[in-house]
Amino acid sequence: MKRREWEEFLGVNLLRLVIGITVAFLILFLSVIFSKGGPMISWSFLTESPRKYMTEGGIFPAIVGTFWLTILSIAFSLPLGIFTAIYLSCYARAAWFVRITRLSVRTLAGVPSIIFGLFGRMVFVHLFGFGISILSGALTLGILALPMIINSSEEAIRGVPKDFWEASLALGATQRQTILRVILPTALPNILTGVIISIGRVAGETAPILFTAATFYTRQMPSSAMDEVMALPYHIYALMTEGAHASKQVPIAYGTAVVLLLVVLSISAIAIIIRYHMRRKRTW
Amino acid sequence: MKNIRETTFKSLTYVSALFTIIFLFGIIGSLFLEGLPLIKLVTFKTFILNPSWHPTSYPADFGILSLIAGSLIVTMGALILAIPLGIGSAIYISEIAGNKTREIIKPIIELLAGIPSVVYGLFGMAFLSPFLIRVFGIPTGLNACSASIILGIMVVPIISSMSEDALSTVPRQLREASLALGATRWETIMRVVLPAAKSGVIGSVVLGFGRAIGETMVVIMVAGGAAQIPTSIFQPVRPMTAAVAAEMGETVFGSPHFHALYAIAIVLFIITFATNLITEVVFFRKGDLK
Repeated sequence: MKRREWEEFLGVNLLRLVIGITVAFLILFLSVIFSKGGPMISWSFLTESPRKYMTEGGIFPAIVGTFWLTILSIAFSLPLGIFTAIYLSCYARAAWFVRITRLSVRTLAGVPSIIFGLFGRMVFVHLFGFGISILSGALTLGILALPMIINSSEEAIRGVPKDFWEASLALGATQRQTILRVILPTALPNILTGVIISIGRVAGETAPILFTAATFYTRQMPSSAMDEVMALPYHIYALMTEGAHASKQVPIAYGTAVVLLLVVLSISAIAIIIRYHMRRKRTW
Repeated sequence: MKNIRETTFKSLTYVSALFTIIFLFGIIGSLFLEGLPLIKLVTFKTFILNPSWHPTSYPADFGILSLIAGSLIVTMGALILAIPLGIGSAIYISEIAGNKTREIIKPIIELLAGIPSVVYGLFGMAFLSPFLIRVFGIPTGLNACSASIILGIMVVPIISSMSEDALSTVPRQLREASLALGATRWETIMRVVLPAAKSGVIGSVVLGFGRAIGETMVVIMVAGGAAQIPTSIFQPVRPMTAAVAAEMGETVFGSPHFHALYAIAIVLFIITFATNLITEVVFFRKGDLK
């Protein structure tokens, strides 16, 4: 073979090797987590509270905590995010204001999650006096999710053909009517996809709730938004770094990781499936 | 009546946009408000250049050079791993793979991106670290090397998906012209497609850098936590994010240590902000910077 053909052969196979390593790592990773954590999963693991300094029992309070943190944070950031996206894509007149808004969204998207935690501790926990609570954590997580929701919603709204907008206005509808009855319904599936992906992200975040919401151990279920909670991601961290019974805590951490992964991966799988179907069904 | 509704709705969207700005400035404000008081105790120069971080001893030392070194070594290690894997995967998906393979591999890499960092941390602590001890015979498996490996894997999907976007914007005609001139696929990739997508590919690396240096859970769990300037990659380090996350819970509100942690966060914020700015100004000027 000539040198060029050798190069082609080596190069293409090098790329195959690279993708092989990436996929192999994912398989190794998932099989380690699921093989060590899978056997931990049982009805009682999912529905009972931890016992004996976290060395026995289940993770039910952490599941409940993550549920509330995620729901509340999205409830907070969803309207803000979609309205901002509407402003940016439909109204947006004053150039300097649009610029600053976009710059803010982009900057927020790149801020390390631990910094959101510091902000939350300073503002929600301390300044607003919410203390270490579901509310503080959810607001912190909500701000973290905001740029993701704005970006995906804006993209979705911009994906609606201009004709829709113009046709609706030509029929005498106002801007608000056009946005609410034509643009948003058309963009909804894509907006949803983005929102679902950010739900997955929020559910798995640890750093922002470290000092705004999470507690290592609580006997009680949260009774209001002002209670501190256990959360799945923080539970894994705490089991691995605190306590004195590593040999009993590590398996529980693996079990918790399986639950967290199943939650997060099924959420993003739903998003991927929705997007796949939408692409096929789109007729314009 | 109609007009009132129109205006109200429009103002609502305007106010929402305003909130985004308020949040950003709130974050910047809170960091500086709590971080700057440190200047009363330590000069800026000592803060950055003193390698001794002993915030709780008496007298306390607030030098973060070793923390910065920890962040940089772990991030660089991660990029050494993630650049070839990420860009290679992107090239494979966009240039080599057939449609079917692509539809399987793309979601797999997207899934990789969705895995929470704390689960990566668990994997690093409970699986990779004992494995490294066995293979290399090192005293501790929680060190700069293992943190780099885990962080690198986390950054692969970021680099790969953004590079792939860049590659997919290269017009098909360029590839076809190159192949028609008798170039092999490899030559087309290396001399035509990659140079054409250069800015986007480099942009993805810069973005990956920003993500890696700001990542917290992996480094707090896997990097080992010793505030020292490492002399080997198998020594434990304490990156900036790990110091903030690990120590914040134990500080007294308003104490010098507390202010020092916010000051670290300022440094971190400036680094990531500069990274974003570079990505935006240098690599995406043509794009949607309207």
